[in-house]
Amino acid sequence: MMESLFYIAALVAVMSTVAALTRANAIHALIYLIVSLLAVAVLFFLMGAPFAAALEIVIYAGAIMVLFVFVIMMLNLGESGVAREQEWLTPRNWVVPGVMAALLLLELILALRHAPALTSGISVDPKAVGLTLFGPYILAVEISSMLLLAGLVGAYHLGRRFIVRREKR
Amino acid sequence: MGGLQIPMTHVLLLAATLFSCGLLGLMLRRNIIFMLMSLEVMLNAAALAFVAAGAKWGQADGQVIFLLILTVAAAEVAVGLGLVLQIQRRFKTLDMDQANRLRG
Repeated sequence: MMESLFYIAALVAVMSTVAALTRANAIHALIYLIVSLLAVAVLFFLMGAPFAAALEIVIYAGAIMVLFVFVIMMLNLGESGVAREQEWLTPRNWVVPGVMAALLLLELILALRHAPALTSGISVDPKAVGLTLFGPYILAVEISSMLLLAGLVGAYHLGRRFIVRREKR
Repeated sequence: MGGLQIPMTHVLLLAATLFSCGLLGLMLRRNIIFMLMSLEVMLNAAALAFVAAGAKWGQADGQVIFLLILTVAAAEVAVGLGLVLQIQRRFKTLDMDQANRLRG
C-alpha cells in the first residue's frame, strides 16, 4: 500500500516536471512546477521526513514560486487583455494540474489516516533536525546566513537599478 | 533501524530522472525563466536524494542538508530573477542566445 502511494507520487512528480519544462507559456509551466514540488513534498512525507515536506511546500512552492510569478508579471510578456486572461481560464489549462494536485491530496489524506502504517516506520522529527542543525552543523548555518545576505544584497542591487531607470523616464 | 520501506535504488532512480529532466531543460530551453526553473528542478532532485538517504539510515543529517540546499536555491533564485529583469530591460528579450556577450 505504501509502495503504491510512493510510486504514484513519483509518477506525478516526473510527469509534471516534464510537462513544466516543455510548456511554451511561462505561467502554465509554473503551475506544473508547483505540482511537481507538491509531489516531492508528498514523497518526503511518505519517507518519514514531515519537517522537510512542510518546508518544501512553504518555501519552495510558496516563496520561490511566488517570486517567479512576480517577475513574470513584472515583465508583462506580450499583449495583456481581457481576452487573453479569459483564454488562461479555460479548463484545458488547469484541469490536468488540478487532477494531479487532487491525487496528491488524496494520497496525503490516506497516509495521514493510517499514520504510522503508510509512512515509513520511523520518522525523523523536527527536534532531531534542529539539534543536528545547531550542533555539528553550526558552521554551515553561519555560512548559509552569509550566503543569504549576499543574495539579498545582489538582488537588491540588480532590482534597484531596474526601478531607478524606470522612474527616470 | 531506518525507516525507508521502498528500495533505495528506486528513490535514487527517481532523483536521477528528475535531475536529468532539469539538465535537459537547462540545455535545450533558451528562455532564461525556463533555465531558472530547470535549475530549481535539479536542486530539488538533489535534495530528494539527500532526504531519502537520511530516511534510510534514520539520521537527521539528510534533512539538514535539505535545509542548506533550500537556502542555496532561495539565494540563487533571488539573484537570478534580478538578472532576468536586467536582461529583459537591456535586450528586450528573454532569449539567452541574444545575451551572449559579457559586455552588453
